[in-house]
Amino acid sequence: MSTPALPLAHDPAFGPFGIALGQASGHGAGGPAPKRIVVGYGFWIFLLSDVIMFSAFFAAYAVLFKNTAGGPSAHELFDLRNTATETACLLASSFTCGMASLAVGVRSQKWTQLALLVTGLLGLAFIVLELREFIGFVARGAGPSRSAFLSSFFTVVGCHGAHVSAGLLWLGTMMAQFYAKGFRQDIRHRFLCFSLFWHALDIIWVAIFNLVYLVGTLPPELLP
Amino acid sequence: MSEPSDYEAGSHVGADRVPGSREERTLAREVRGYLLGLGLAILLTIASFWVQQTHAIYSSGIAVALLVLAVAQIGIHLVFFLHITTASDNANNILALAFGVLIVCLVVFGSLWVMLHLNHNMMPMDRLLQMQR
Repeated sequence: MSTPALPLAHDPAFGPFGIALGQASGHGAGGPAPKRIVVGYGFWIFLLSDVIMFSAFFAAYAVLFKNTAGGPSAHELFDLRNTATETACLLASSFTCGMASLAVGVRSQKWTQLALLVTGLLGLAFIVLELREFIGFVARGAGPSRSAFLSSFFTVVGCHGAHVSAGLLWLGTMMAQFYAKGFRQDIRHRFLCFSLFWHALDIIWVAIFNLVYLVGTLPPELLP
Repeated sequence: MSEPSDYEAGSHVGADRVPGSREERTLAREVRGYLLGLGLAILLTIASFWVQQTHAIYSSGIAVALLVLAVAQIGIHLVFFLHITTASDNANNILALAFGVLIVCLVVFGSLWVMLHLNHNMMPMDRLLQMQR
């Protein structure tokens, strides 16, 4: 018996959304889903709730963007070269995190530790660049209390930075757990959640660099 | 590499694969998938930074172009890094994602819609401050 590589909409064995009939998790012949599916799904729900929180911050930024209260505007403040470097760091770290999960898949301690180390260093570089940018803003009198625009900017970008910092701590504990306890199933599940978290942070950053930095620095007459 | 049934890459959200139900997953193929995702993400990032500074496209459309590029790159990340696919074992993740996107759109566009109208109808700030004195 061979099932097709990808379920097609017209295949009678698959219902809407390609759900295999009779094999749905928790029903019929399929039985309950494996634990890692359940773990990944639960963590995915958490990540989506995190994304919804960020969407509120994005909305606040978009609404308050022009309320500079006589202070510096995005066009005067943002240094896009710095943003590009941060983007490169985070994208590369997302890739090396993927490499780490492949190394976990083949149970290679050496490559797992190496890939996670590179991921962490790139994440650290990102945080350092962002902190330097923030400190520069505050030194120029453009701290979060200067205007509604800057409050919303520091909220959305700072919240992402706080997530990355927390992710770095988590990454360190994952390296220690793989080193001390090996590739035990529960630790692999924790790592699955970590890699989802790290990739999701990169997705948030894609929205930030496009909508906060790049749209923010457009000449005012080009903004909708 | 250990036996195929034991092989699981950590980053797969829902990789509950029935043996033989799909082409064999090898390490080389997985790495190629990540490299393809990385390449596409880099291209879209460069495109975003290019569009922001260019005079080559209709200038009023730049903000919309950036929004579209952001959505495209998020899609690339979801498919190649988070492995959200249309496979049958991913249906729950897809449905949760769809609901999340719905809420995000309601929050962002709803807020913008309401607040821009409020701004439009609001008394100018200097007069408001005068009245409060």
